[in-house]
Amino acid sequence: MKTTLIATTALLSLTAFPALSQTVGISIPAATHGWAGALNFHADRTVTRLQEANPDMTFVLTTTSDPGQQVSDLEDMVATRNIDALVVLPFESEPLTGPIQRIAESGVWVTVVDRGLSQEGIENLYVAGDNDSFGRTAGQYFADTLEDGAKVVVMRGIASTVDNERVAGFEAALEGSGIEVLAMDHGNWNRDTAFNLMQDWLARFPEIDAVWAADDDMAVGALAAIDQAGRTEDMFVVGGAGMKEMVQRIQNNDPTVPVNVTYPPAMISTAIEMTVLGLTSGAPLSGEFIIASELITPENAADYYFEDSPY
Amino acid sequence: MTTATNTLTRRPRVNLTVIAPLVALLVLIGIGMALNPNFLSWANITNVLARSAFIGIIAIGMTFVITAGGLDLSVGSMAAFVAGLMILSMNMLTESMGPGLPVIFAGIAIALATGLAAGFINGILITRAGIEAFILTLGTMGIYRSLVTWLADGGTLSLGFEMREMYRPVYYSGVAGIAWPIIVFAVLAILGEITMRHTAFGRHCAAIGSNEKVARYSSVAVLRVRLATYVLLGVLVGIAVVMYVPRLGSASATTGLLWELEAIAAVIIGGTLLKGGFGRVWGTVVGVLILSLIGNLLNLTDFVSPYLNGAIQGVVIILAVVLQRNTGAAR
Repeated sequence: MKTTLIATTALLSLTAFPALSQTVGISIPAATHGWAGALNFHADRTVTRLQEANPDMTFVLTTTSDPGQQVSDLEDMVATRNIDALVVLPFESEPLTGPIQRIAESGVWVTVVDRGLSQEGIENLYVAGDNDSFGRTAGQYFADTLEDGAKVVVMRGIASTVDNERVAGFEAALEGSGIEVLAMDHGNWNRDTAFNLMQDWLARFPEIDAVWAADDDMAVGALAAIDQAGRTEDMFVVGGAGMKEMVQRIQNNDPTVPVNVTYPPAMISTAIEMTVLGLTSGAPLSGEFIIASELITPENAADYYFEDSPY
Repeated sequence: MTTATNTLTRRPRVNLTVIAPLVALLVLIGIGMALNPNFLSWANITNVLARSAFIGIIAIGMTFVITAGGLDLSVGSMAAFVAGLMILSMNMLTESMGPGLPVIFAGIAIALATGLAAGFINGILITRAGIEAFILTLGTMGIYRSLVTWLADGGTLSLGFEMREMYRPVYYSGVAGIAWPIIVFAVLAILGEITMRHTAFGRHCAAIGSNEKVARYSSVAVLRVRLATYVLLGVLVGIAVVMYVPRLGSASATTGLLWELEAIAAVIIGGTLLKGGFGRVWGTVVGVLILSLIGNLLNLTDFVSPYLNGAIQGVVIILAVVLQRNTGAAR
């Protein structure tokens, strides 16, 4: 009886005085493609920085390569590490919604990053990029620069909500512009797949005016195939997410890579920093924080170039 | 009984088991010609053959491993790891030696040596430590995949600009308009077929795969031959990487994803028995071509929703194998 009482008081004091040692769990997808790689890079960097600033705090960072494993990771965090806050980028919305909801109900602060859960109101804080604006910004550029009747091809990512929202935004921006979408297929955010896909499209269509590769890894593959076919002069390629090689080409006024659209992987830093800020300062931070997608042009490219980022 | 069935169905004299993959390939080519006039263009043929080369070269080695009753699930990850290591060391060598041909040769040597070593590790653990090939290579698959992710720091390893330009022709140019990967693939396929058919090594592989005990009693060096199949596969992975790296000059955690399954599927479509004992390299080549033609055809048309690409691939794989199994049972 006595011990229980002490334990309860200890627990109470923990929540009452946030400055005491607290544990933050972070669960993100493994570095399976360039963007996720940069996500890992930024998560790692932020944890190192916050660890130095808050030596009392404990950070648990896990990376997962499938939704099932992520669920197990979350269960382990709650069961064995006794986390006070969770920052999670769900691998997939549907399968993770239930487990995250249970964690939120147990009183843990939950910050969801980028991929929204399939049920509203579970998380305390939602930090995300704007997928609709990501597609719309690229589509708007196409509509502004291409003439009526221009022919474009579209490389989609891995079939997912993220991808659907982006393509919907892109298509909405093209509406009424008279631009013809010749073909749309999944390049799976992968260089090799994109290379093969572009080769086949180049063989199939004698005229292509522009390519929306929707991600810079795919843009790299597409550019190599276009180069091989000797049709670099005929079309431009717009990728997305601001890979540093692409930003550099924009900076150099490369006509094949005129612009790019941001979708900053560093949003994980935003999410972790805000969560820790909430824990340590008690400042109100619940709600949504949407990071807009911006158009990178030769004029502003320098602001988007990060020398030591892996992406 | 058998004669009765034969007269009833009037089975043609040609053995379907042998020609089934060829028939499937010809059907696909026919469909391609009907769907798109560009299908038979020189550029498209070169593209398809060149992109088949990576998995094709690996699948040749896989044919020997499977024929000898083994399996290797690690080849895709191994290719990614070898590619990553090759790019890293070439970048380092460029710094110390300056860009030039020696760096390329050193890179190629490193790729082949790493492939050989990786194959040797697989082989020695399977033969000497007696670990089941499926489990052991499942383990090394994870190890190599993690290693390349770690080497790349979660991102992408890219070859330095000068070296990329210098190394590029290995994928993009060739002799008499035929790209190097195609030439290498063809030469290796011919050598593989000769090895399988006309050498003691090839016959020993089949003997081990069909009955290990009998092979041992017939004084076949079972362990050594089996080890050799994995080493051979490792070296072929190295060669495939040497052809792969100049294409995009990069490697990441997604490089070579699912190559192992494509290679195994190609081997089985080609008529090699998954349980071992019989293998043919030319069939594997046909299998590889079938797999990459399906992808090519789907990209050249709007026939099917892109969501269903995988389903089409699955159906063709199953059909190609069913054709053979039906006749195989009656054999």
